[in-house]
Order: sequence, then structure tokens, then C-alpha cells
Amino acid sequence: MRKWTKTSEFYVAIIILVLFAAIGSQNGAFFSSANMFDLIRSSIVPGIFVICTMMVIISGGIDVSFPAIATFSMFSATKIILMLDFDVPVFAAFLLAGIIGLGLGLINGLLIAFFKLPTLIVTLGTSSMFSGFLLTFVGSRQISNLPAPLEQFGKTQVIKFTTDAGITVGLPMSVLITAAVVILVAIMMKYTMIGRGIYTLGGDPVSAERIGFNTRFLQCFVYGFVGFLAGIAGMIQTTMMRSSNPVDLLGTELLIIAAVVLGGVRITGGHGTVTGALLGLLLIVTIQNSLILVGIPSYWQRFVIGALILIGTGVAAYQIKRSSAKQSSILT
Amino acid sequence: MPKALIELNHINKSFAGVHALKDVSLRIEYGEVHCLAGENGCGKSTLIKVMSGVHAPDHGEIRIDGQLRSGLNPIEAINSGIQVIYQDFSIFPNLTVAENIALNGELAARKKWINWSKMRQTAKQALDKVGVDLDLNAKVEHLSVADKQLIAISRALMHEAKLIVMDEPTTALTQKEVRALFRVIEGLKRDGISILFVSHKLEEVFELSERITIMRNGKNVISERADQLNREKLVYYMTGRQIDESYYEIGKQSGTPLLRTDNLSLKGCFEHISLSIHPGEIVGLTGLLGSGRTELAEALFGLTPATSGEIFRDGEPVSIRSVQDAETHGIAYVPEDRLTEGLFLEQSIERNMVVSVIDEQKDKWGMIDRRKVKSAVRSWIQKLGIAAHSPLAPVKTLSGGNQQRVVLARWLAASPKVLILNGPSVGVDIGSKEDIHQVIRELAGQGLGVLMISDDLPELRQSCNRVLVMKRGRIIGEAEGKSFTQEVWSELHDARDDDAGPVERRGNTA
Amino acid sequence: MTNQAAKRTGPDASYDDPSFSLKRWLSSDGNLTRLFVIMVVVFVTMTVLSPRTFLTLDSFSSMAFQFPVLGILSLAMMLTMVSGGIDLSIVGIANLTSILAAMVMVRLVPEGASAGTSFMYMLLGIVCAIIAGVLCGLLNGFAVAKIGIPPILVTLGSMQLFMGLAIVITKGQAIVGLPEQFSSIGNGSHIGIPVPLIIFALCVAAVYVLLNRRPYGMKLQLLGSNPTASRYGGINNTVVLLKTYALSGLLASIAGLVMIALTNSAKADYGTSYILQAILVVVLGGVNPNGGFGKIAGVVMAVLTLQFLSSGLNALHVGNFFKDFIWGIVLILVMVINAVSPRLKWKRRAAGSSKTSS
Repeated sequence: MRKWTKTSEFYVAIIILVLFAAIGSQNGAFFSSANMFDLIRSSIVPGIFVICTMMVIISGGIDVSFPAIATFSMFSATKIILMLDFDVPVFAAFLLAGIIGLGLGLINGLLIAFFKLPTLIVTLGTSSMFSGFLLTFVGSRQISNLPAPLEQFGKTQVIKFTTDAGITVGLPMSVLITAAVVILVAIMMKYTMIGRGIYTLGGDPVSAERIGFNTRFLQCFVYGFVGFLAGIAGMIQTTMMRSSNPVDLLGTELLIIAAVVLGGVRITGGHGTVTGALLGLLLIVTIQNSLILVGIPSYWQRFVIGALILIGTGVAAYQIKRSSAKQSSILT
Repeated sequence: MPKALIELNHINKSFAGVHALKDVSLRIEYGEVHCLAGENGCGKSTLIKVMSGVHAPDHGEIRIDGQLRSGLNPIEAINSGIQVIYQDFSIFPNLTVAENIALNGELAARKKWINWSKMRQTAKQALDKVGVDLDLNAKVEHLSVADKQLIAISRALMHEAKLIVMDEPTTALTQKEVRALFRVIEGLKRDGISILFVSHKLEEVFELSERITIMRNGKNVISERADQLNREKLVYYMTGRQIDESYYEIGKQSGTPLLRTDNLSLKGCFEHISLSIHPGEIVGLTGLLGSGRTELAEALFGLTPATSGEIFRDGEPVSIRSVQDAETHGIAYVPEDRLTEGLFLEQSIERNMVVSVIDEQKDKWGMIDRRKVKSAVRSWIQKLGIAAHSPLAPVKTLSGGNQQRVVLARWLAASPKVLILNGPSVGVDIGSKEDIHQVIRELAGQGLGVLMISDDLPELRQSCNRVLVMKRGRIIGEAEGKSFTQEVWSELHDARDDDAGPVERRGNTA
Repeated sequence: MTNQAAKRTGPDASYDDPSFSLKRWLSSDGNLTRLFVIMVVVFVTMTVLSPRTFLTLDSFSSMAFQFPVLGILSLAMMLTMVSGGIDLSIVGIANLTSILAAMVMVRLVPEGASAGTSFMYMLLGIVCAIIAGVLCGLLNGFAVAKIGIPPILVTLGSMQLFMGLAIVITKGQAIVGLPEQFSSIGNGSHIGIPVPLIIFALCVAAVYVLLNRRPYGMKLQLLGSNPTASRYGGINNTVVLLKTYALSGLLASIAGLVMIALTNSAKADYGTSYILQAILVVVLGGVNPNGGFGKIAGVVMAVLTLQFLSSGLNALHVGNFFKDFIWGIVLILVMVINAVSPRLKWKRRAAGSSKTSS
């Protein structure tokens, strides 16, 4: 572990600290508990998404369909529960959304594993399919009258206190779900055969098969599991917004991928950690939420994020190029 | 008949209509070193994959320890003690050394959880068995080819292997590393482990094996004790034709050399290289992997330009900073790794042939002149005797020898004055090898200067009029071509041990 | 136009016979054949389903105005995909450059300028947009070829960058009130042919010549199938990639100009759904996402097919969301068929004859 200073996570952490110091020195409100809680709250749903994206990219693929899956799962699960017309417990609602997500994720997985189709294109296609189906056949109007248990879950706070300024800040229950997912996936990637299998799949899929991994199963697992998590994340979004909006999360996929890549997860597969992915997300969320605190208008956000992606990946690419002059990889 | 470690009887296998294995049988006894020989594409690799459970045979039976095994899968094969080391080692560049060695065994034991300290322990033991010391936590992507192979062997030794199959293990190794590998193999044999050694290099086949099975065109031709065979017989069985041995000699050269370098250096790769190539010469260049020979060739071709020193073409100083510069000065390069550096596998033979001269095929509107392209392609196919159905077929449908001819044709089309060949016969069958050597001699006869980089001593001996030896980035000796034997090579290479340059051996480059 | 492009690729099908044979051409490329059949089937189906609305001059004329923007963007996407990359920034470039053009035309032009002066400013705006498009493309190309960042990441970042810049310039507002002369590009016709269609046809012809007739095109395809081999083969990868991304930027800026001429306003987030649609068209058109292969005829047929489908569904009063659904299904189906058909072909061949190829 003597080489931890050479990891990309280390560099991202430094950038975040510098950014924190810079923003904090300009505006003390940045370090207020209200703002910090705000950052965490903004990371609850994207937190699960970056974990999903990280797993897929490590396995050597890319998935742009998770917002569609999340939206599909949460909206149809909410509809089903409303139709049932009795108080379904919260965990059952999450489970239902998860199972719907699992099913949709498996469609991705099966197409990728059995027809060997390029992952980006498959998930582009299914993304369009899922959201098209949802908006055409399930419904396109926001549901504001959530079932009571979900409404209740959304209102329950884990931590809640009133600051000196008299502002009440708190974190919703769902932060625990995200934390659990993060820990679970971190353990899975490091300490289980499936987790290591995902790394081997991204490193060299042919060899993975030769040493005895069932690569088709692994791919189906990755996309199915990611679908499941996306469903859960969708349900969290519903409880946090106190409404189920069928177009809510669409369009966030590229930003999430950007976060994961900034966190040092290599787009070519096989490399990346949960810590890195979370750090990448923290960087993006900070820019989105806090640039305005130092007087940079919010319409600069996109520009800054774009520049950050180019500089971040540029530095990484330059390092790789220097360490192995022979390697020429212009392919994604 | 007593039971054998593994028996394959009457195996048939087809892929997408191609009959890769036709009624092939193979029998490996306990504790023997068995060699499977045959030219590229004869079905050796397919047979291995059948043996290791990756491919199921269409017909035929597999017996391990006398037991009939139908529906063998990779995990079962591993559990029966069969371990395959593929040509690419099946190693994961993104994982650590420990994980690469130990993961396979853990997986075969159907473990669900990973115990890192136990994995490191097992990996350490496995490395000790082979007698090497590597950083267990290092990621494999930064290691040299030889180290990767040692990892693959260590991995195979885990899990009580009874049979280790090595698919062309020496392709990427230097002679020194090959010797080390052979010592490892002898040690394994002493431990009672059977080895199936797959190769098409005759020297290795004879040196190592007790029994030899020869395949040709998806059938097995013969299975015989090694002492019952000799070189001529082996070549005959492998190719169906005889070979002759002759030498390339030309008189002492004077006058302006075609290519001359003066104190050429590339930081960290080679230094003070002064060599000259005259018209009609075929100059061999050899040295261990990492001696700087490939870097020198790539510097002369402008891929990684030299940092100091001078290059003269026909006596004129020239600057070669890019491949385009090299082309302008009539220097051509046939790279080492044909499949990744030489060919566009999916593209047509035609395109593969004209890539270096596309800009010369323009008509007055600046468009590609199809008729010009076609007539050029047709004439090269004829001149080099390339066996192809159509010039529009993807080049990957050709055999190794024909593919190498396509790469050669590409550069000959640019009518170069100096031709640099890096491993011209690696992965090429014996028949094509002879043909390629013949073409090179003819070209030299027409006044071309050739620099041939090779590891293959017989090839250097037969084709070159003189041979240069490189070590740690410097040229340390020179010998006459026809007298360049194993002894001469060792003498040249080992004599000046203390005098070698300060350039460090670089692990990940050839 | 499709057929002409197709005919010119004819000699590829047989080496020694220079004459063109439709049968040979169709059988030489299963994907184009399938695409042609799909296009005809979609067309006929839509005609049968709603003959009064789909099969009318009005409907065709509106189609001819609608698809060129997506068509031109698809050409840009195609070039980068043939190089083995991808360009997610095309819509960003289109919006940024068209905003620049709109600013020149609307803000820079002096108050009460004569028709002549305002025409000059219009030309200036167009030139600015095109130069900016090429520069944006060169930035992408530089990051891909010189720094070595994977294209998907480069253009993911530059998409944000360009769109971000457009938002910064306009503060998120739309620029309206483009000169009438300019809007006529988007809404007018020349000898009965809608101007956007003419622009699209010119782009197709130019890209066809570049890809299939100029050495650049062959270099691009070779680079796309193996960048290492192309470097060893004497191709200057950097130059080819720079040209490719610059061309992509150029085409994107043309698409942007057509887009603002159609809508008579420019805004930073117009047409973001075009990115995915362009990828859809290109993949549907048989371009290999891993690089190296792609035919213009395929891309043109794919964009026409989607337009027929889209207009046909409109005639049936089907919502946009349902179209998304259908597009997703079509994309997946075509890819599955493309993946499965070579295997089937091999099986048929194996059954037909026992000859093995060496």
C-alpha cells in the first residue's frame, strides 16, 4: 500500500480538498452544516447511480440506460401499489421497484451476453425503449398522491437539528439505503468471487472464460444487479420528491459517467474502486451545488464540468502514454 | 492397453463449416514430455481447447485416467489436473501477481469469498516452486513477458496439475529465457508431471520431447518416439515437403553504404549505434529481448525517433523524425507482431497491400485510381505467390505465411532501398518461411539493403551475410553469416559481459 | 441519390469485372440488402396504414424539411465512428456555432442596415459558425490524437464544454429574430426542392467522395480497423484523426445552421435528443461501432427509414414517446439480426458444401 499516493483516487481527493478550501475561504457558508447536508442529500440518488456505472465500466462495458430503468421501475411500482389500494409496506415498495429494475437490467444483460453486442449501443436502444414504453403505455403524468407509507418514509429524517441561524436541516432515511449499497458493493467487489470475476471480465474476457468464470452469467449479473439498484434508486427519488415523475431522472447518465471517470475508473475496463467513484461524484456535486457560493453564476456549471472532464482524463491519458510509450489506444 | 493420463480418441470438430479436427487421436502417458508439432493452423490449438474443456468435440471420446469424460468443461478439466498455458498466458493485466496465480484455484474450488492473505500465501508457495521472486502486490501490466509466463506456470502448478499444456511457450522469449523455461520443464518432469509442449520450432521439439505427435491440416500424421525421428523426417511430416539448407554470401562491400548510422542513440533504449548496410547485403541483428534491437529498428523507421546521432542514406545525412520521413528516404519496416502491428485483419487483402502507397495511386483529380490499384495488387499477388481466393477477401482468411507476404508486398510496393524485417518468420510455417527467405535474397540480389532482426539462429545463418549482436543497447559484436552458430552467439554475447552499456533493461518492450 | 451512391460502389463487388450488377451488389453486403428491404417495408406499411396523410405531397415536403438536420449530424457521427471513435459533442457544436452565427446576424448587424449590409452580415455569421465548428472539431481531434484520451470521454467532456459555453454566452436565453433571408434557407425551396434537402445532398456527395474516392477515406477506414497497424503502415494517424474530427465539427456546424434557419431562433439546448438519434441512424446504417467499416448508402437509407417511420406514426397520431419505443426496438432488432445472420450464413454454407476455405 506504499504506492497509494500514486493512485488516481489520491489526486481526486486533493482536487476536492483544494476546491473545498477555495470555496470555503470565499464563503464561510460553504462549511455550514446546512450546506454540507445539502451536498449529501444531493448525492443520495446519484450515489447509487455512480456505484452502478462503476460496476458496469469495470466489467468492460458502459450503461446509459440506468436513468430510464430507474424511472420505469419507480413509476410503474408506484402505479401498481396505488392500484392495489392498500398500504403496502415500504420495503415491499422498494423490493417491487428493484425487481422491475432487475427484469429490465436482465434484458440488457441477455442482449450483451448472448449476442455479444456493443454495450453502449444496446443500452442506448433499451433506454429509448424503456422510457418510450413507460410514457406511452404506463403513463406520462406525474403522480403526486403517493401511497401513505412512501409519503411517510420520505418525511422521516435520520438526523435532524436546527442550526444557530434557525434553519432546520436533516437527512432523509434513504441516505441509509445508499450507504448500505455502497458498503455492500465495496465488499462484493473486493472480497467475493463474483466481484473479482467482474474485474477479470474487464481485464480480459477471453482469459476470464478460460480460467473458469462463466462470463455470460457475470455479464447478466452485472446488468441485472445494476438494474435492481437503479430501481431502488428510482424509488428513493420518488420518496425524496414526494412524487413520481416519469421524466425526472432522464438525461443524468452522461454526468454520472463523467463523475465515475473523474474518480479514476478506467473507461476501458478492469480498473476502478468504490472510493474513486464516490470521490468523482463528490467533485461533480460540489461544483453543481456550491460554485454559486463563490459568485460564479450557475450557468457556468456545464462549462466547468466539461473542462474538468477534459483536463482530468487528459492528465490520466498523458500519464498512461508516458508510462508505456508503445501503448496506442485510441479505441474506446 | 494400460490406461494413460489422457487419451483423445477420434476427435472431430468443426467451426462455422470449417473442419478443424478430423479424426484426431492423442495419448499422453504419466510423466512424459510429449510434443505436439505442426505448422500454424494445423489444428493444434483447437485440440488443446478440446482437451481443456473449452470446446466440446463433435464426435470422439476423451478419457482421463481411463475414465470416459463426456461434456468436459474447463472447471472439470482443471479439477482433473489438466492445466493449459495459452500463448497469451491468459493473464489479467489489471490484477495483482498474487491474484493472477491464486484466483484460478480458488475458483475451481468453488469458493464464494476471497481470502486475500491466503491467496498471497498460496501464490508465494507457487512462485517458490518455480524458484522466482516477484512482488505479490504488483499489478501484472507492468511486468515483462518472461515474468508473465512464470506467473502463468506458477498458476498452472497450483492445484496439483498432472498435465501442463504449453501452447507455443517460447514465441515471445529470448534464447536465455527459453533455456530457463526448459530447466523449469525438466524440474516438472522430475516431479512426475506430464508436459504437452506445442511448438513448430524444430530445435525445441527435439531437445525436449520423449514422444512427438505431428499434425497436418487437422489430422494427426504420426505419433512416434523422439529418437525414432530426425529433422528431415519431422519437416517432411509437418509440411509434406523437403527443405534444403544453403547460405547467402556476397563479396566484401566497398563504396557508399545505402544506410549508415553514426553514434545513434535513443535515451533509455540504445546508444552509440554505428552500423552500415551496403546494397545487396542482408545484415542480421540479434540480441535478447530488451537489448534494444526493436527500438533501433523503430528509430530507423521514425516510429520513435532517435535522440542523438546521425543517419546517412547514400552518404547524405538525413533526418528521420516520423514514418513519413522514413518512407521519403526509402526505408521500409516489416514489424515484429504481424497481427497487431502489421495487418488490418478485417480489411481486404487489397487494402492491406496498398496502405503505404495510397497517396501514389491518385489520378489527376486527387481521387484513388482503381485501375492502378488493381493492377498493382494483381502483380504483387502473382510475384509473391500469395494464395488468395480474391483480393477483396479479408486478410484474416489467409494463412500466416500468406499474411506475411501481404505485409512484405505492401512495403515492396513502395520500392524501398532499405528493408528492415523484424522477426520475418515468426508464426510462419516452414514452407512459407523458405519462400519468404527466397524473396528476400532475390531483393537483395537486385541491390536492396536488408536489416533482418531475428532470434532464430538457423534463419540468421542461412539468410544473412553477416550478423550483428546487440546487448543492453549496444552493438557488441559481429560475425560472418554462415558461421553464426550457437557457439559463436554465446561467445559474442557472454564475452563482453562487464563492458555492456549502462542502459537498463526495459521490461515491457520487445 | 441512394441508388447512385450504391451504383458507384459497384466495382467493389467483383475484382476483375468492372460492370455493375445489382444482384452482386446486394448479395455482397447483407446489411444493405436488409436495410433496403426494411426501408421499403416501412414505406409500404405506412402508405397502407394512412394513404391519405402519409402518401401526399405535403407530407413528403415536410419530411424533406425535417430529416436533413439529423441526416447531416449522422454523417458527422459516421465519420468519427468509422475512425473507431464516437462524437457525442456534435449537438453541442451545432448549438454553439449556430448561436455565434445568430449573434453576428442579430446583435452585430447595425440598426436599420440595408438589405445588402444585412446580407453581408448573414454571410459573415455563416462563415463564423463554420470556422468555429472546425475549431471545435480540431479541439476534439487534438485531445483524441495527440493526448490520447478515449474519444467517448473527449466528446463527453467537450459536449459539456461547448454546451456550457453556449449557455454562458446566451445566459440560457434563446436568440430570436434572425434575418428573413436566412430563414428562407430553412423554409424555402429551390426549383421545387427544399433547401435543407439540397444542403443534405451536397453533404452526402462530399462525404461520399471523401470516404470512397479520396486516399483520406481509405486511410480513415484502415485506421479505424487497427490504429497500430496504420501507424506502422505509414499512415499519419494524427493528421487523419484531426481531419476526421474537424470534418465532424464542420458538418455539425452546417447542421446547426440548418436547424436555426428552420426554427428561426438559436438556443443552447436545442436538439439534444439528436445525439442518440444520430448514433441510432449510424448503427442502423450498418456502420461498425468498433470502427473500420461504414457505407454512406446505409446511413442515408437509415435516416430515410426513420423519417418514414416517424412521419407515418405522426399520420397515425401516435405520440413521440411511442416513437422512442419503436426506435429502441428497431435498433436492438437490427443489431441482433446483424449479429446472428453471419452465423446462420456459415451454417447454410456448411450444409451446402463440405468445401473448406484455407
